[in-house]
Amino acid sequence: MTTAGSRPTPAGRPTPPGTGGAPTPPGNRATGVTSEDLVTYALRLGDDALIMAQRLGSLVTNLPELEEDLAVANIALDLLGQARALLTYAGQLEGKGRGEDELALERDEREFLNVQLVELPDRDFAVTMGRLLLFSTYQLGLYRALTGSRDETLAGVAAKAAKEVAYHRDHAEHWVVRLGDGTEESHARMQAGLAEVWPYGAELFEVDAVQERLERAEVAPDLAALRPGWESSIGEVLAEATLEPVETSWEPSGGRRGLHTESFGYLLAEMQHLRRSHPGARW
Amino acid sequence: MPADTGIEGRDQAPSEVRVAGEVEELERRFQELVDADQRIEPRDWMPEGYRRTLIRQIAQHAHSEIIGMQPEGNWITRAPSLKRKAILLAKVQDEGGHGIYLYSAAETLGVSRDELVDLLHSGRQKYSSIFNYPTLTWADVGAIGWLVDGAAITNQIPLCRCSYGPYGRAMVRICKEESFHQRQGYDILYTLARGTPRQREMAQDAVNRWWWPSLMMFGPPDEASQHSAQSMAWGIKRHSNDELRQRFVDVTVPQAEVLGLSLPDPEIRWNEDRGHYDFGPIDWDELRRVVSGDGPCNRQRMAHKVAAHENGRWVREAALAYEAKLEAGYKRGARASGRAA
Repeated sequence: MTTAGSRPTPAGRPTPPGTGGAPTPPGNRATGVTSEDLVTYALRLGDDALIMAQRLGSLVTNLPELEEDLAVANIALDLLGQARALLTYAGQLEGKGRGEDELALERDEREFLNVQLVELPDRDFAVTMGRLLLFSTYQLGLYRALTGSRDETLAGVAAKAAKEVAYHRDHAEHWVVRLGDGTEESHARMQAGLAEVWPYGAELFEVDAVQERLERAEVAPDLAALRPGWESSIGEVLAEATLEPVETSWEPSGGRRGLHTESFGYLLAEMQHLRRSHPGARW
Repeated sequence: MPADTGIEGRDQAPSEVRVAGEVEELERRFQELVDADQRIEPRDWMPEGYRRTLIRQIAQHAHSEIIGMQPEGNWITRAPSLKRKAILLAKVQDEGGHGIYLYSAAETLGVSRDELVDLLHSGRQKYSSIFNYPTLTWADVGAIGWLVDGAAITNQIPLCRCSYGPYGRAMVRICKEESFHQRQGYDILYTLARGTPRQREMAQDAVNRWWWPSLMMFGPPDEASQHSAQSMAWGIKRHSNDELRQRFVDVTVPQAEVLGLSLPDPEIRWNEDRGHYDFGPIDWDELRRVVSGDGPCNRQRMAHKVAAHENGRWVREAALAYEAKLEAGYKRGARASGRAA
């Protein structure tokens, strides 16, 4: 992990680059990172948004009230829009002629780079809202910082997306507080839902060699610098919700390397079957 | 608006005892307004039958929007491109929004959304029978947009001029969105019809299955329609079921020709004398079966709707309990307003 000194922070823009002469990927101005790293990064962010949209989209018509069906559909739509922009960018950088649909609907399970958090099945509304709180709080910090990226495309996507996920976070926060401090039953279910998703939060802040290079080039925000804000922000919501923080030593991981949970294969099978059943067809 | 109507008796329940001549006078003035194409507003006097008819019709319309989310929502997770997935998600969301406006319009007539939802769940109110058919392939999403939304628009455009203000105004917005949905559905079928042989087959199969149920959406033939004459006199309905059905056929047949898909009725042909397309007889027994509960998906649609409602009960209870705590003044609101000081 690198030091936070010259990296983008949740609140600020990055300082100018100190390096030069590194290979310049197409469509990107002297960030000093390879297109391969950038493709990986765009896929990680894009797959997070896509898979979360897929899970949320499957809930529409099943939610506790009509207004919630609309809200969840809206959040899914925002995330899908983010995914489309990011996957399209990944496809352009990759230069193999793959667009958003080929990347979303024709890759295999091991090629997806989303965190495992977003692929978890929605067993209960408390799980859905607990997961949305963890994820949208992460996305909000990430996107705000990413608006200062030296990659203008990513910065542009982030500027639009940050406004959207601020609303998602607000929505999740309200539900976590209402459920946590609602009835005895809702408190128990929210606490259990939180326990289910919490261990998967650690993966959001995992740093590998790719992330490290992107941070150094000021393309990606410094994840280590974002984490304290994420923890304190969620901690405040949990306190308001009268929920106990989850103590766990288990930190499942692997999504960023294409290692997923068993349920993920079913998600992809459903999402991809139509397109894969008609190779080469246009829709 | 209410101030312009000149009707006395606002805020008085229609069932209140009045002297005999007074009711006749109110009815006469109500009918004069309707006949003059003026709008009736929530606080105006209205005949009890008018109120009941509107509640039934608006509620059925609202329920249809909500139940209609199911057959289309069935394809959100499987849409064949991300663009189509986004369009479908937005469409299903629009249908839910229409349900909300319509429940609000019904509430202006003195009934709550909760009561109406209970009536739906207990089978005492209905929704459009078209949603008791299954969406089996992706092409069904296109066929619903083109034919079902197309039929709905034909029915609903005249409702924008409905004598009851809140309903008419809700319909203006709904019709705009529905016509957008219809174009999207048509675009799905247009793309499939020009795609691979299997895609074309999928499109034709969907049109074959959805054509007749779409014609049934206009309701029974005029001679068998129970409510039509009174609804026309009240300015709720502007055209008969058969007139609207004919209008839909006349608009849709040329659209099918552009798609290059056939309609499953060998009797469709242009009738020069009538200036309309002739079409074959509709199987009214099928409509009766589906309306009475024996369509392919009646049980599934209601079970899904009721299960979602029941599974969400603990969430709604929690929200109410939390609100009650806020009102009791010891939560966030109270702290923010300086209780600590």
